[in-house]
Amino acid sequence: MAEPIIVFDKLNKWYGNNFHVLRDIDLSVALGERIVICGPSGSGKSTLIRCINRLEEHQEGRLVVDGVELTDDVKAVDDVRKKVGMVFQQFNLFPHLTVLENLTLSPMWVGKMPKKEAEAKAMAQLERVRIAEQAQKYPLQLSGGQQQRVAIARALCLTPKIMLFDEPTSALDPEMIKEVLDVMVEMADQGITMLCVTHEMGFAKAVANRVIFMDQGQIVEQNTPTEFFNNPQNERSKDFLSKILGH
Amino acid sequence: MAMNENTAQTFQPIAARKAPTATEGPIAWIRINLFGDWTTALMTLLVGAVLLWILPQVLSWAVFRAAWAPDYEACRVDGVGACWGVVAEKYRIIVLGRYPFEEQWRPVVATSLLLFMLVGSCTRAFWKLWVLPAWAVALVIYFTLMYGNLLGLEKVETDRWGGLPLTILLASLSMMLAFPIAMVVALGRRSNLPAIRTVCTVYVELVRGVPLISVLFMASFMFPLFMPVGFSIDVLVRVIIGITLFAAAYMAEVIRGGLQAIPKGQIEAAATLGLSYWQTQRKIVLPQALAMVVPSIMNNFISLFKDTSLVTIVSLYELTGALSLALNSDANWRPFKIEGYIFIALIYFIFCFSMSRYSIWVEKQANKGRAR
Amino acid sequence: MSNTSSPKKTAWSWRSQAFRGIIYQLLAIGAVVLAIWFLASNTMHNMQVRGIQSGFDFLGDPAGFDIGESLYPFDSSSPYWNAFLVGVLNTLRVAILGIILTTLIGTLIGVGRFSRNALVRGLCYGYVELFRNVPILLQLLMWYLLLTDALPFVTEALQVGHIFLAKGGLAFPKPIWEIGHLFGALGLVAGAILGVAYRRWGYRKFEQTGQLRSMFWVPVGIFVVAGVLGWAAAGAPADFDFPAKGDFSIEGGGALTPEFLAVLLGLTLYTAAFVAEVVRSGIQSVAHGQNEAAAALGLNPGHVMRLVTLPQALRVIIPPLTNQYLNLTKNSSLAVAIGYPDVVSIANTSLNQTGRAVEAIAIVMLVYLTTSLATSLFMNWYNARSAIKER
Repeated sequence: MAEPIIVFDKLNKWYGNNFHVLRDIDLSVALGERIVICGPSGSGKSTLIRCINRLEEHQEGRLVVDGVELTDDVKAVDDVRKKVGMVFQQFNLFPHLTVLENLTLSPMWVGKMPKKEAEAKAMAQLERVRIAEQAQKYPLQLSGGQQQRVAIARALCLTPKIMLFDEPTSALDPEMIKEVLDVMVEMADQGITMLCVTHEMGFAKAVANRVIFMDQGQIVEQNTPTEFFNNPQNERSKDFLSKILGH
Repeated sequence: MAMNENTAQTFQPIAARKAPTATEGPIAWIRINLFGDWTTALMTLLVGAVLLWILPQVLSWAVFRAAWAPDYEACRVDGVGACWGVVAEKYRIIVLGRYPFEEQWRPVVATSLLLFMLVGSCTRAFWKLWVLPAWAVALVIYFTLMYGNLLGLEKVETDRWGGLPLTILLASLSMMLAFPIAMVVALGRRSNLPAIRTVCTVYVELVRGVPLISVLFMASFMFPLFMPVGFSIDVLVRVIIGITLFAAAYMAEVIRGGLQAIPKGQIEAAATLGLSYWQTQRKIVLPQALAMVVPSIMNNFISLFKDTSLVTIVSLYELTGALSLALNSDANWRPFKIEGYIFIALIYFIFCFSMSRYSIWVEKQANKGRAR
Repeated sequence: MSNTSSPKKTAWSWRSQAFRGIIYQLLAIGAVVLAIWFLASNTMHNMQVRGIQSGFDFLGDPAGFDIGESLYPFDSSSPYWNAFLVGVLNTLRVAILGIILTTLIGTLIGVGRFSRNALVRGLCYGYVELFRNVPILLQLLMWYLLLTDALPFVTEALQVGHIFLAKGGLAFPKPIWEIGHLFGALGLVAGAILGVAYRRWGYRKFEQTGQLRSMFWVPVGIFVVAGVLGWAAAGAPADFDFPAKGDFSIEGGGALTPEFLAVLLGLTLYTAAFVAEVVRSGIQSVAHGQNEAAAALGLNPGHVMRLVTLPQALRVIIPPLTNQYLNLTKNSSLAVAIGYPDVVSIANTSLNQTGRAVEAIAIVMLVYLTTSLATSLFMNWYNARSAIKER
């Protein structure tokens, strides 16, 4: 079996002195795996994936991403961030730059790519998410669904090995959720490693290899989607599923 | 244990622990905020060294070596620090101006009443209808006490009013008079009628473009010319009119900002309910707009409070002017003017700082109504 | 249904909106005209009674007073309009210098409020609260008192090299103006143009190849070298007028009077507190998610600040910042209280001498209104140009 691309080893994180937000996390993610993480709010799901690109720091345990251990070392963090792309709930596009400039920013300034090459790459990603015609518009001129697709294209411009999604459709109006999920399904089909925090169970069933259920900072249950949704083993998982799937 | 096994059967809930290294608490705070990394630590050492060099000297001058007794001989002794005796000796003139000495209880009482009404109006208890007649009564009492000539009180002309009471009077009276003017002008600027909009815009831009001192000069030198022959107006009234017109322009801009923030949908809804323009403004638009701009209006008041110091230049002796008055004529105490300045700076600071803290509190309260 | 055009005639009744609108406007204009007529006629009558003359012809008369400091020689036989010009130049002098200094100090303090060091944060907060809550007039008076009291007499003047600090002010060596300085200045201008051109070329190269050269030190170097070359080419004049201790004052050299220093210090430090608040709220207004997204893309903190945070923060900072510049200029009018001859002070003297109150005050208001108008126009232009485009 190939080396896992992400390894959590007894990871613990606290906010302040007393809020133990991640407790003894043991997890390994294989290359090309698609994982959906779900759970009630406050369970630490977002914190977990934000540790992977060091937007959050852990206090105990080890976290290794593509062979690089994440510590205070700035160089290690920079290395990891070039291989990990992230899509946020609030899109976080840069409003003062056009869509194209949003995408070419990192390749030009971090990747030291010439402008023409960066723009060609950016247009390719925009075509991939089917929004190439909006390249010269400004982010606030687009709808929410369009903005999130641009955000996905922006993350893809780094050619990352791993894509992190932090509740990507939670801030969208219902009629726009489908267009973003379609893009994510296409990406999954192309073999990229994905970790997605979401409530969209349909997406999980369609795409995920594994569903991880978290509660109060711990991984409570993990299984294939079919097994997890039809046959939850743990009381808490059953409780959570009944709330989500109830309506 | 293979890490990808379904852990449901082996799941054991883990109790929360304390973090291994504290990030809260006094010692952790010092470690993180003063010595977090080497640049922070270096800054702490540098700044700390400078403070340790300056602070003892300042404290020694201001407190330990200072002379507190109202004895100017003691102040001139070699090696003596600050001479707070000048405050002990002259505080009545500084704080109360040229008001006749025996009658000085009157401005104290009158200003306390005014302050009580002002502070009270800021609390919820006062936001009822009986406040307006209460204010009218309070103002009548205030002016009777200050001016006198009634009920056996000796008459004191307005040019003898001074010091802190004058500062508070000018600021609060001008603010109260400016408020209705500002509302009308703000509504006028947003009017659809071009003539009214132009008049209001010209007024606001004219007044906001010039310094207060030119408005005061205008009030002082030109108002007497504006009046019919033989009709003279009191210098205090002139100054109040000038400050009021000045404050009204700034307040009108603030209120206009609040009006602009009201969504158009509110006015449309009112129109569908059959309300007229004035009814809409009075019952729907203005209440919401004014609630939004209370912090900005407080800021206007704080600026106005500070700006009253300018009336010194047109010979009304409020707090800043009273100090010059007290010390310029007395050669014994004149060398200690700086202590006097520090004293009145402290008075201004206490007033303005408390008002700005209050304004922040009001903003938090208003936002509470909005947060879910 | 054939006739669908709207009625052409407006119904002239009390209920019609248009009719009422016209009536209200006529009333308003009528009231304003009436008020102005009332005030004007009273004024003319009063001036007649008191024997005050009116008109701006007094501007041609000799001023009859001296001015404490001015950028060019002025004496009491020069006409009034010349005196006003000196006043305007004095106001501009202290305002422009004040604006530059207050921007530097205010920005440092505003950024300092985000420092990781609690001492620095606390000191910056303390500075802002202290200088904001004391009236500017009081601060000006205090600085003036400190400068006139605390500075030593001429005989014991503080001296650093050829710079003297004493009760008469700050005296420094002034270069004696020669043609070489003109060439030096021209060289600086040429250097500035070359520096900007270099930056343009540098960015083009960056877009082509992805390699970025030094965008700061090289243009600055070009600027300085060009100035030096210009100066050297015309004979490298290096004569200075050195100040020397006389019996009662420092003679020679250039001087900054205590009045000027007091006004400059007071205005700069007071306005810097407000500028610091404007800068702080501008930086805070940039959503935290922006910085996170930029970090997640691999940008280092310097790039994040320059490419993401600062462009967005500046849009929020510039409008209130120009307002503070205007406030500083208007506050310079308080110089009349400590005897610095700015335009208000000159107007005050002229007014007292000639009795032409209306004219003098009108001139002062005109000067300030022009400044405000120019600033408003700039701000409108800047807002329109930099607005973040939305739906």
